[in-house]
Amino acid sequence: MKRDGVAAAARGTQLKVSRWSAAATAAMGSLAVGLAVLAAVPYFAGGPAEQPLIVAFTFIAMAATWNLLAGFSGLTSFGQHAYLGVGAYGLYLVAVHGINPFAGIAAAAVIAGLVALPVSGLLLRLSGGYFAVASLVVAAVFQIAVTLAPSVGGTTGVSLPGLAGYGPVLREAMIYWAALIVAALSVAGVFLLVRAGFGLDARAVGGDPVAASVLGVRVGRVRLLAYLAAAVGAGAVGALIALQTQFIEPTSVFSVQYSVEMLFMVLVGGIGTIEGPVIGALILFALQQWLSQDGAWYLVLVGGIAVVATLAVPRGLWGFVSSRWGWSLFPVGYRVPGRDHHRQAG
Amino acid sequence: MTWVNAVLQGLLQGGIYALIACGLSLTFGVMRVVNLAHGDLAVCGAYLAMVLSSALGVPVWYTLPLVLPAAFVFGMALQVVLLRRALRTGEIATVLVTFGLSVMIENLLQEGATANDRVLNAGAIGVAALRIGGQITLPWLFTAAFLTACAVLSGLQLLLSRTSWGRKVRAIADDIDTARLVGVRVGPVFASVAGIAVATAALAGIFIGAIGNFNPLTGESTLIFAFEAVVIGGLGSLWGTLAGGMALGVTQVVVGELNEAYAVLAVHLLFLLVLAVRPAGLFAGGQQARTAQVTG
Amino acid sequence: MTTLLEISGLDVYYGDFQALFGVELRVRRGQALALVGANGAGKTTLLRTVAGAIGPARGTVRYDGEDITATAPYRRIRRGIALVPEGRRLFPSLTVEENILVGAAAAASDAWPLDRIYQAFPLIARRRKHRGSQLSGGEQQAVAIARALAAAPSLLLLDEISLGLAPVVVAELYEMLAALRQSGATLVIVEQDLRRALAACDEVVCLLEGRVALTAPSSVDREDVIAAYFGNTRGDRT
Repeated sequence: MKRDGVAAAARGTQLKVSRWSAAATAAMGSLAVGLAVLAAVPYFAGGPAEQPLIVAFTFIAMAATWNLLAGFSGLTSFGQHAYLGVGAYGLYLVAVHGINPFAGIAAAAVIAGLVALPVSGLLLRLSGGYFAVASLVVAAVFQIAVTLAPSVGGTTGVSLPGLAGYGPVLREAMIYWAALIVAALSVAGVFLLVRAGFGLDARAVGGDPVAASVLGVRVGRVRLLAYLAAAVGAGAVGALIALQTQFIEPTSVFSVQYSVEMLFMVLVGGIGTIEGPVIGALILFALQQWLSQDGAWYLVLVGGIAVVATLAVPRGLWGFVSSRWGWSLFPVGYRVPGRDHHRQAG
Repeated sequence: MTWVNAVLQGLLQGGIYALIACGLSLTFGVMRVVNLAHGDLAVCGAYLAMVLSSALGVPVWYTLPLVLPAAFVFGMALQVVLLRRALRTGEIATVLVTFGLSVMIENLLQEGATANDRVLNAGAIGVAALRIGGQITLPWLFTAAFLTACAVLSGLQLLLSRTSWGRKVRAIADDIDTARLVGVRVGPVFASVAGIAVATAALAGIFIGAIGNFNPLTGESTLIFAFEAVVIGGLGSLWGTLAGGMALGVTQVVVGELNEAYAVLAVHLLFLLVLAVRPAGLFAGGQQARTAQVTG
Repeated sequence: MTTLLEISGLDVYYGDFQALFGVELRVRRGQALALVGANGAGKTTLLRTVAGAIGPARGTVRYDGEDITATAPYRRIRRGIALVPEGRRLFPSLTVEENILVGAAAAASDAWPLDRIYQAFPLIARRRKHRGSQLSGGEQQAVAIARALAAAPSLLLLDEISLGLAPVVVAELYEMLAALRQSGATLVIVEQDLRRALAACDEVVCLLEGRVALTAPSSVDREDVIAAYFGNTRGDRT
């Protein structure tokens, strides 16, 4: 039965099935305004405002793509930072060959996706905890491979070329806009993917792959699509990170700390929702402003909160809020308005 | 070093990998939990042994009667306090919780013990070696590790096949719902399995610390090696884990002879190769292996 | 005769799906009760709830006068309830003997030691060191029953023991059940084969879509049972 058929069948009765809501329309409206304001920031606020916002945007993008994997498709990967590194080094390789580094972000993202393709052939045979550890292995392999390759600087690292033509103010602004675009595309991309058929399929696969496959969901394809999309997103973020630091070095760009942060943002914000990762990203951002990013205590706290969140608030802040009051700013499910508000089919 | 020597050392080193891996294999086989903090718990064992051995002024082996029971109790506590709740919360909760735990442990160790490399006081055994002919040198430490691994694996195998506890463990590993239904109390069994896992991890950690350097981040690579040994050897077979460990060890030492920088990469590539070609592992123990691949 | 098992107002859910609606049931000590109904009617759900595998949303389960609705499975076994699950569910990596020994883990008493079990099931005694997968269907079913017996139950619940077995084998199993009744056991038997169920038991309960459709002594007219089975009133043939 096609999914549109649900709405069609409902029309024959007195029930209406809706995929949207008044709150969502309001949210979309304010979002459009908000994006316009954010895009204008370099014009009226300048450097000091851009820096933290760039960090926030990178977080949002990382969280949204990790959530696509773990929240919607049930693939808990702790090796996504592998594709951050691929994206960063990909940007370097592209820039070294003369392509503008900002345009190169897209290329770096594509490279990450291409690298993810053969990897997925191996990794997607696994699930759950096995998949998680194997993703760590893949990240380790990438890191070692880079340190052994002198053409990308080995253990010392490389400088990103091609930025010399930009003055510092312009460069900062370009990075800012690039980060804003990547963040917006990540959230929008995940939202649209999940709203389309892919979303239900992915959650079926995440919930019970055997049952899903019996129902005709192409389990393999769904997981592959999720894995590739997440890699592409991570690649774009990696390129952004390279643009910001201008120096790409294996231990920092392949740092597992990124994956820890992704885990935290999605868990605390709300796994399996669109709004959750954004909220989680903002919380992590606030946490980082308050605590220095380099201390070991920062990571102890991040890890600890993630553990507590998993056990006590498994659906995260947004999940809790949305199931309690039925809110949904980015609706991806099906609702029967007027009926029991707490029974959302999404 | 000759090739024969390298291979032999690699095989012996495999014993350590098997020791760190058997706890992981047991927890997964029985509880369907991959404990991502397993490697870090081994490193904790090493740190605890280090503190005790320098406080008491003795080689690290004398601290075993203190460290192992403490590790066992800690494993049981971990199960009862954390893992049981995670299991009840849902599928991916255990993965997330153990990963978060791993991060906490690594960074707490960094705060408490600094990031410096350490090595354990292994006493006389640490430097002694068995020399055969003119070509073969087998450090006693490696030999002791291997023999210990064999002893532990044999002991576990006996427990599993001959005792009432072992029957319950195997029944739960086969079919936990039916096991509960016929009256097996799953809680105490899980707690004891978790205790054994952490105790064997601590023991392995002490050997790792005695043989080479360790620091708060060693846990991550330890976890990865343990995991690779389990996958290569095949789930459901303790002796398969030993074989997997030996395959790892040989690869690491032999490739290390050619080029030290490639040693670890070679091990990872071996793992990926086995995953690609024979995902059930080289010595898979039957039905468990196949279902494990689907349900992780 | 005293009431051994009493179920009242039982509502059982699987997630959002309600499987049992207000089920009422009474089993007297020494009785054999047949539980029949179409697939999906809720028979297995009911047995599993009695055994403790599922907790009901509403209603009570009373055993020997005591409310056991919230009691854990292993405690119910100690009190004397044992289940032979649907599909046998032997432990594949355990031998026949080990399967039986696991069943004895929480035994209510020593009434059924290994020797007595092997005497009652001479066929599986010979295969005691074999794994379950090496046995025939009938032998596997015998092992599943033996495993439940090892717990020395007073109330034995049997879920579809005739599934997939040849009539001759099923007849042997039912002979053994008759012998068990003689020694005082109380039985609840879920059975697809109506004739056998009515012959072996003295009362029948028919479930239809989670509700009790009929409670009657087994001398009842078979046509009435069939009608309740399909939810028709007698005389319909749609």
